[in-house]
Amino acid sequence: MEGLLSLFVKSVFIENMALTFFLGMCTFIAISKKIETAIGLGIAVVIVQAITLPVNNIILNVFLKENALIEGVDLRFLGLISYIAIIAAIVQVLEMAMDKFAPALHQALGIFLPLITVNCAILGGTLFMVERDYTFTESVVYGFGSGFSWMLAITVLAGVRERLKYSDVPQGLQGLGIIFITVGLMSLGFMSFSGIQL
Amino acid sequence: MNTETRKVLLGPLFDNNPITLQILGICSALAVTSSMNTALLMSLSLTLVTAFSNMFISTVRNHTPSSIRIIVQMTIIASLVIVVDQILRAYAFDTSKRLSVFVGLIITNCIVMGRAEAFAMQNPPGISFLDGIGNGLGYSLILMSVAFVRELFGAGSLFGYPLIPLLKDGGWYVPNGLLLLPPSAFFLIGILIWVLRTKKPEQKEAAEFRIHEPAKGGYH
Repeated sequence: MEGLLSLFVKSVFIENMALTFFLGMCTFIAISKKIETAIGLGIAVVIVQAITLPVNNIILNVFLKENALIEGVDLRFLGLISYIAIIAAIVQVLEMAMDKFAPALHQALGIFLPLITVNCAILGGTLFMVERDYTFTESVVYGFGSGFSWMLAITVLAGVRERLKYSDVPQGLQGLGIIFITVGLMSLGFMSFSGIQL
Repeated sequence: MNTETRKVLLGPLFDNNPITLQILGICSALAVTSSMNTALLMSLSLTLVTAFSNMFISTVRNHTPSSIRIIVQMTIIASLVIVVDQILRAYAFDTSKRLSVFVGLIITNCIVMGRAEAFAMQNPPGISFLDGIGNGLGYSLILMSVAFVRELFGAGSLFGYPLIPLLKDGGWYVPNGLLLLPPSAFFLIGILIWVLRTKKPEQKEAAEFRIHEPAKGGYH
């Protein structure tokens, strides 16, 4: 239990998906103009991440591991293609299920869901899970934690950007340039967590 | 080389750079640039994947119904990335260990998907292949220049060969540790964009909000 809690804290603060590993940067920069949309996208990422990681963990252990499906056959080289297929399928199913059972939520998150398939944070989470050999329970916690870390980062950036648009930034640095430098400073701030030993 | 080909091949280097202008594929641009070695390997892998995925996707573009085109593109890209990943593991195991998950993440690199969707779906295979190479080179250019600064001033070496004598080995240079930390990549790309947009002001995006000019006569 303690191990799981420290894994959660580690995945949110010390190994923040967006600010330490720079995953999901395209959407991170493109969709962080307003706090509301950022939170919406963040929630969608948390949900998808918390579902896909455990599912991919099962896929890995049941089908792809050495000797798992057929004795003496190691199918791990098929990993990448099966993970991305699973992610795409889950996003699709989630979208349909939301449309049917929670139309209001679907209205709010609808446009972000297809974007999530190509969000590196989702596939990145799965690949880290594979690389570090997490068990099923660990993958549930890590999935939730890493999704939450991404949501935290994008919400903070959106808050900064809402203020930033009223400030007097030098010509040429306006827009993309200053956002990169802002994210750099945020990431520098998050580095202060890296000394924590859990 | 006629003008059309040259535009497709060289346009993405400065005028239409995928990283600084289109904000595509920055995930990996930041994480793998702490040394020239990893950056070079990553650029090579990405350029090859983009070029070949563009070519294959453009070959089947007239037989792909538009409702399933994303999944078709994904399958082609993922297969190519698996090939690259296996080759790297076979011939450059150490570097591929250091690249860790980022080779796999080429699948979700927005440059590959973006070019497939924006260019390869409308154009014949030959020119799509060149477009892939061009965009790959644009990405490589940014990656290599960031890695150059980070490795040279952060560790005093290039491709692992020491160039500037470090203080701890009896030389004179105190390495700038910040440059080896991940946030420095953000600063460097931010400054790069600044330089590029000062040179080419037409690349600036429209401001959302303008500071009001002070009235004539100043602030009396």
